[in-house]
Amino acid sequence: MTTSVRNVGLFIFVACLIAGTGFVQSWNTALFILNMGLISAIMSLGVNMQWGFAGLFNVGVVGFVALGGLAAVLVSMPPVEEAWAAGGVQVLSGLVLGAVTVTAAVFIQTKMAPGRIKIYSTVGVLLVGFFVFRHVFDGGVDAVEAVNPAGTGYLGGLNFGGVNYKSWGFMTIISWPIGGVLAASVAWVIGKTALGLRSDYLAIATLGISEIIISVMKNEDWLSRGVKNVSGLPRPVPYEIDLQENAGFLEWVSSFGGDPVTTSSIIVKLGYGGLFTLVLVIILTLAQLALASPWGRMMRAIRDNEYAAGAMGKNIKARHLQVFILGSAICGVAGAMMTTLDSQLTPTAYQPLRFTFLIWVMVIVGGSGNNFGSVLGGFLIFFLWVQVEPIGTMLMQGITAGMADDNALRLHLLDSVAHMRLLTMGLILILVLRFAPRGLIPEK
Amino acid sequence: MIDILNSIVVLANYVIIPAITYGSQLALGALGVTLIYGILRFSNFAHGDTMAFGAMVTILFTWLFQSWGITFGPLPTALLAIPLGILATAALLLATDKFVYQFYRRQKVAPVILVIVSMGVMFILNGLVRIIIGPNEQRFSDGERFIISAKEFKLLTGLKEGLAFKTTQGITIIMAIVLVVALFWFLNRTRTGKSMRAFSDNEDLALLSGINPDKVVMVTWVIVAALAATAGALYGLDKSFKPFIFLQLLLPIFAAAIVGGLGNPIGAIAGGFVIAFSEVLITYPLKRVLKYLMPENLEPSGLVQLLSTDYKFAVSFSILLIVLLFRPTGLFRGKSV
Repeated sequence: MTTSVRNVGLFIFVACLIAGTGFVQSWNTALFILNMGLISAIMSLGVNMQWGFAGLFNVGVVGFVALGGLAAVLVSMPPVEEAWAAGGVQVLSGLVLGAVTVTAAVFIQTKMAPGRIKIYSTVGVLLVGFFVFRHVFDGGVDAVEAVNPAGTGYLGGLNFGGVNYKSWGFMTIISWPIGGVLAASVAWVIGKTALGLRSDYLAIATLGISEIIISVMKNEDWLSRGVKNVSGLPRPVPYEIDLQENAGFLEWVSSFGGDPVTTSSIIVKLGYGGLFTLVLVIILTLAQLALASPWGRMMRAIRDNEYAAGAMGKNIKARHLQVFILGSAICGVAGAMMTTLDSQLTPTAYQPLRFTFLIWVMVIVGGSGNNFGSVLGGFLIFFLWVQVEPIGTMLMQGITAGMADDNALRLHLLDSVAHMRLLTMGLILILVLRFAPRGLIPEK
Repeated sequence: MIDILNSIVVLANYVIIPAITYGSQLALGALGVTLIYGILRFSNFAHGDTMAFGAMVTILFTWLFQSWGITFGPLPTALLAIPLGILATAALLLATDKFVYQFYRRQKVAPVILVIVSMGVMFILNGLVRIIIGPNEQRFSDGERFIISAKEFKLLTGLKEGLAFKTTQGITIIMAIVLVVALFWFLNRTRTGKSMRAFSDNEDLALLSGINPDKVVMVTWVIVAALAATAGALYGLDKSFKPFIFLQLLLPIFAAAIVGGLGNPIGAIAGGFVIAFSEVLITYPLKRVLKYLMPENLEPSGLVQLLSTDYKFAVSFSILLIVLLFRPTGLFRGKSV
């Protein structure tokens, strides 16, 4: 009883923090924290599933988040027809050739008798396949990227709304589960190769894969325009400008004397918040059911003692693969949601510090192994991530109040406040690990 | 004949010298990672940012010396500042050990918890570096730019292709050799070094034979500080110092340490060069080399660049994966926790 009161208290505390932001700063900031907190909570649910349920050490979260973002573009943007005509088929057949090469190499590896011939044929298949792939693929890519590089220069997505694709906003919602599927399929490939490795090798492997995913998204312009970004994604909620021109809306706003511009942006953010809450509730419920089910008990048994669970006849490798895919899929869903919220895909924004290690801080601070803990951690840490800067500025101004306005040290300190958040997050992580290693809401 | 010489020069200029330089930097970084893994038994995610910290202190002292008018003749002033960078880094690492890692070591927690703790340290160091020196690129090299420039080389040899050998490259290679020789002398010839190896091989046995674990750990951190600060400063000197670049270096460094066999110092050096050579070779357009070697009509039409330079992470990662799949303990037998 007391623990549940305490947990509810913690949630109320975080809610008060966010509401306080609304009263003190602005409701726009508060809703931004709320929406990103919802997304962060989903991401940390995904990481918690891997780490908290099964003890898998995944430091490639940013890669799966980015894949989700890619899915949002690939589903909700309209196809670029000239680009498809110019080289779409060639690009796709190049990719198919690449996939065939890898499959053939894997097939040789698994089916042939060990020996010199096996090594030579694997290397041979890979080399020949690579050059054929590059030959076909590069031609297609050049053709696609030559089509209006300033405006499109990529193949586009699957939104068949034509000129009015923006009114097909529901496509972005469809992209969320698809982002999950995309992340899951990449996770399957990673899991197949890397899950047998020791814990810290798995960590390095996931770190490497996420770097590769990000560099693919930065460099493959035909896919998602690379660093030129894709912006103007359709939205599942109305546009502010449409609301501001809507007579009924204006009347409603003037009935309580609000400002139409501010109100419209708050309404839009609330719309996103509602959608995100729905997703969070669904995923949280499923995660809770999974944790309480025999499957969840088995996962924890495997986490606590792999050998004992193996001796009881549990298939450790298959279960690890399963939970790795599930957790990554959740991160992918959250990634697609985040790109929807931003209405644009910015590959350079996917920094491991922000999207891998920060999510880890959320999981550890919230309490690994406990779904509610992850949700709480997601909100709390994101709140701090945003608010450390203004708090730090106030603090620094207080500390340096005695100095002259143009004092070099004072100016430097005030400049450096922007980097306080990294320091604070590290401090929080270390303090929690030291004094409350099981997190704010410990596992039962 | 001239063609062959020309092709060798091109290869040396664009592949061999840069790869040896980069390999030396990676080897120094990987040695630090592998020592921590051998003695303290965890993968230190904060190592990249430790390198950044060492490089930052070196830069600050370099600026101080430059403002005092102290220079090192034709050599970069930074060389004078590196010892101070090492001292500061050693102080920092010993402090982190005392306030952070020691607690967990006493509790004998699982290695993976230490990895998460090192993630926290990584955040703090990253923030610290950005607060002190700012997030921007810093240049601090001075002195002679080249040991031999492309123009001089062409005049000297009469070849069509030039070979440039930068001072920073020469210094990196020499410093790496000096440090590695000193490290191996220390590990193999001194009492403390031998006790470190004993501790790494079998902790219980080492404790039974009266080795003081606290001293071993302390010495390890100091050595790691020297390696990390030098590696960071040399990398910054040779390329340029950007705080975020060191987090990205973590991947090739870990790849080097794992490819060589975690916990094995020789392996770390070999791994560093394997990773560096494959990264440079695979991302360099080989057409310029091949055009001298092949008959004119067979000249390759493309650039013969296997992968664009943006994918160099993919190279180090693929090598890592191949080694892990076929030889899980690395090229030189490493250890596993």
